[in-house]
Amino acid sequence: MRSLKLRRMRNHAWTVLCGLAVLAAMVPLASLLWLVVSQGVSGLSLTFFTSRPAPVGEPGGGVGNAIAGSFTIVGLACLLGLPVGIGAGVFLAERGNGRFGDAVRFTCEVLSGVPSIVIGIVAYGLVVLPMKRFSALAGAVALAILMVPGLARSTEEFVRLVPGALREASLALGVAQWKTSLRIVLRTALPGIVTASLLAIARAAGETAPLLFTSLNNQYWNFQPDQPTASLTVQIFNYAVSPYDDWHKKAWSAALVLLLLVGLLNVVARFAARSRLQGVR
Amino acid sequence: MPTPADIGAGRRNRGDRAWAAGITFLGACVLVVAGVIVLEIWGVARPALRELGLWSFLVSSDWDPVSGSFGALPFVYGTLVTSAVAMLVALPIGVGLALFLSEMGPRQLRPPVSFAIETLAAIPSVIYGLWGLFVLVPWLRGTVEPFLGRRLGFLPLFSGPPIGLGYLAGGLILAMMILPTISSVTLEVLKTVPPPLREGALALGATRWEAIRLAVLPYSRAGIFGAALLGLGRALGETMAVTMVIGNSPQIRASLFAAGYSLPAVIANEFAEATGALHTGALAGLALVLFGITLLLNGLARLLVRAVARGPARAAA
Repeated sequence: MRSLKLRRMRNHAWTVLCGLAVLAAMVPLASLLWLVVSQGVSGLSLTFFTSRPAPVGEPGGGVGNAIAGSFTIVGLACLLGLPVGIGAGVFLAERGNGRFGDAVRFTCEVLSGVPSIVIGIVAYGLVVLPMKRFSALAGAVALAILMVPGLARSTEEFVRLVPGALREASLALGVAQWKTSLRIVLRTALPGIVTASLLAIARAAGETAPLLFTSLNNQYWNFQPDQPTASLTVQIFNYAVSPYDDWHKKAWSAALVLLLLVGLLNVVARFAARSRLQGVR
Repeated sequence: MPTPADIGAGRRNRGDRAWAAGITFLGACVLVVAGVIVLEIWGVARPALRELGLWSFLVSSDWDPVSGSFGALPFVYGTLVTSAVAMLVALPIGVGLALFLSEMGPRQLRPPVSFAIETLAAIPSVIYGLWGLFVLVPWLRGTVEPFLGRRLGFLPLFSGPPIGLGYLAGGLILAMMILPTISSVTLEVLKTVPPPLREGALALGATRWEAIRLAVLPYSRAGIFGAALLGLGRALGETMAVTMVIGNSPQIRASLFAAGYSLPAVIANEFAEATGALHTGALAGLALVLFGITLLLNGLARLLVRAVARGPARAAA
């Protein structure tokens, strides 16, 4: 039997080690956030948001077209991905108890682990090859495919949270099932679905890999879905791996803009989730 | 017992049928998407794989698009090495963090740290890459690698000039990115440990750590293994951050300091400017390899985590 003293010391040692693990996780995060803010903030100006990239060495220039492009691509992705994702989630919650439902659920889980770069190749084969052109649409297809599985699973969870009594009360009043589903169940679950959608959009907005060879990049303003389009993330990548200090600065500033955008979406999503809880109570 | 679907089945109207068909269709879309994914990658990759031969493509270590030789081995190697480094670093830290939060540390610490972990998970990977390129890599080059080289340079793992960019940088940035996955899933798993197990051990006079080692960890072992596999799945497929710090050189080196390449990284760098159909097809072949590996891992991990999540519920019933 080991002495109590030794056992106590062991206990303390492991507690300290695990405490250090918390620290080890927090330090890089703090460093990352601090650097993005401190390095990025000096480059922010009105022209940074409104103008397109300037050649190396020329002052000014910004990521206006990249921000607009990101909005275009993510917006298109929402048009394609949100209905399918939410619909599949509603299906899983409402009629997903059978074998078919299980298959869909498992497929969602497995698909959510597929690397985004692989999805990029899928969109390349699906859109770029037939159109013979890189386009915002191709990027949007890739992002939409990435959105669907996660969105379906979280939508299912939120719809299942709706108390069964609500549905039964509505059915007992003679309301048709589809109306009950739409007007009672989905309306109750709506804040949750909004949260899930916003989180999916935030994730899609931060994706780079599937856009590299679908929407490519563009030095000019573009709002046509069948043309190559700049995006904030690809622009950050290109600036970061370039050899110019001037462009590195721009990469940090663009990263700050992206981080603020993604952060904002996350905060709004949390806010919506909170109001959902109050609604149920 | 009549389920809600049966009620009013006699006068089930057109609206109900349309609604059911509509959402079932959208559910089926998920399966269609899965099928399309497999078919499309296969379709892009097939001509090249046929020409190169699947086996020689997998085992060749020569990648030279100009002379038309394509081998997957350096990229598979790079992906495995960086992922291994990431697991070695992130698993102890992630599990330690989860244990500290749920078993040891003050309760007040939990919300802020959980928030920080969620933040880590929400940061886009290109920003990790940016930070890795301008903060992590110089630090490795100036401080960590020279130090390791002096102390452990006799090992082939830590030999060679400290250039910063390389397997080590890729592995460390991956560690940071999979940490949220590992720690949050482990936290969920630890929540399923029945309190009486822990309390029993403590009542018998075990210290906190002994209770963890004897009661908590054995119960949650499978779940933590699942968390590790989920983290690994993410590490294998992570693209941008690794692309920016791994050095992008298709070679196989024993030293962690050397520049390498990973499967997603080479696809990201070369696909848009691929020289000809063979090159494109070979890159899609790499994607197919990657897809296969992650599919296998994720299926396994999900089944494990699911089995664990069901375990306590079954015990309670």
